[in-house]
Amino acid sequence: MSDSRTPLLQLEDVHKSFGAVEVLRGIDLTVDHHEVVSLIGSSGSGKSTLLQCVNLLEGVNAGRILLDGQEITASGVAVNQIRRRVGIVFQTYNLFPHMTVLQNITLAPRRVLKQSPREAGRAAVELLGRFGLDDKRDEYPDRLSGGQQQRTAIVRALAMEPDLMLFDEVTSALDPELVGEVLAVIRDLAETGMTMVIVSHEMAFVREIADRVCFLDAGTIVETAPPEEIFRAPQHDRTQQFLQRIIEAGRL
Amino acid sequence: MAAGAERRNPGDRALRGPRRRIAISALSTLVFLGVVAVVLATAPGMSVVQERFFSLDDLRRSLPQVAGGFLRNVQLMLIAEVLILALGLLLAVVRLLPGPVFFPLRMVAVGYIDLFRGIPLILVLFMVGFGLPGLQLQVISTRSIFVYGVISLVLVYSAYVAEVYRAGIESVHRSQMAAARSLGLNRWQAMRFVVLPQAIRRVVPPLLNDFIGLQKDTALVSVIGVVEAAREGQAYGAQYFNYAGYVVAAALFVLITIPLARFTDLLIARDRRRRQAASL
Repeated sequence: MSDSRTPLLQLEDVHKSFGAVEVLRGIDLTVDHHEVVSLIGSSGSGKSTLLQCVNLLEGVNAGRILLDGQEITASGVAVNQIRRRVGIVFQTYNLFPHMTVLQNITLAPRRVLKQSPREAGRAAVELLGRFGLDDKRDEYPDRLSGGQQQRTAIVRALAMEPDLMLFDEVTSALDPELVGEVLAVIRDLAETGMTMVIVSHEMAFVREIADRVCFLDAGTIVETAPPEEIFRAPQHDRTQQFLQRIIEAGRL
Repeated sequence: MAAGAERRNPGDRALRGPRRRIAISALSTLVFLGVVAVVLATAPGMSVVQERFFSLDDLRRSLPQVAGGFLRNVQLMLIAEVLILALGLLLAVVRLLPGPVFFPLRMVAVGYIDLFRGIPLILVLFMVGFGLPGLQLQVISTRSIFVYGVISLVLVYSAYVAEVYRAGIESVHRSQMAAARSLGLNRWQAMRFVVLPQAIRRVVPPLLNDFIGLQKDTALVSVIGVVEAAREGQAYGAQYFNYAGYVVAAALFVLITIPLARFTDLLIARDRRRRQAASL
């Protein structure tokens, strides 16, 4: 761990293309330790791709990404070393269906961190208890509700004790009545000081939890501001239009 | 057909639901078997065929000899299947290795699969069974014909099985690999703990299908001189001028196939039950 004056995450002029389509067109973003940054914007604006680049699930075409001051987009970086410090939770949960909840959570601690089954199991049970899933440890994912599956996915990422958590529209696939329990978990994490980058369409939640909100449009960050500013008085035309549409859809 | 039309009438309450369905299927089965029996009974050579293939005395007399040979088939299929499952998996994984570095390995795997899926087993048997001894190499050329039989079966069937595995691996959504990698597992760990267990579960039925194919094809190994069930049936025929040995051999093959198929159904059903709630 370097000192906390170094930002935990820095993106410098990051470009990413899929074939001829440029999805990210020069992203600059800094996330400090214990900060919660939220990315908003319409579909296709590059929010999810940005998270996948930070997690090195996608390579960048140009620019640099630094984690704790170390360039992680350089060639020859130990990708798996980086990934275990950055947890990601997906829209579609992506739990492993052939494993129980407990096996899902302990897989990476055992295989990557080389913890003993007992050690990994104890930590997993503790996390499950903290997030109200104690009685689900031996269930298979298919038997759980969407909200329980997503909370399990969050616990699975947390079991690696990451420095940074990425949330990629984690409530978008959930029934409305299940959204609350997942947001409660993220809120809980924010209170413990976890550094997080959250992509979400839940504007009320973003407004409540984020220290800073970035509005993305067509692969660039158009506007960055604290939530009370960006939601009350957006500076940029595009931001105004986006928020107007959100208000009309009744989501703010 | 008039009776059928009457039964379909909703006012008729004599036979309904499952009982009616059972009655219909019993009737149609009887009619079907009757037609088959009549066709066979009126065939001009039926009595001769019955005598040559199905005489009870000969069936009974050939059984010990053919069953003895069948043990060889069982040995062949079990030894070959273990090797096939391992080699097939290796081929599939190698074929799916990403990146330019592995191009030569991928090429070897693809070439192997194309080659041995294309050559008829009987030709592979001739080439291996007569070619390898002909090489006069120390270790390779001095094996028994049984070993050459196993080698031939493994060469051909591992190519098929590799493609079955590949289909299974590709059917696992890439988000599973992404989730595993995002947790810090390397490619091999993600493959071994996340992708392959799901892939293999999905391809158990087609793998079994290939295993049944293999069981039957063990009879082909007789062409290089391995004495097994079909060969014993032939020997019996040569001695007594009777083909009952072939019928016994056929029956033995069917006998071991059916329980295996039911067992696989059971495995699949159990796995599904375990993972999914019966009711939510």
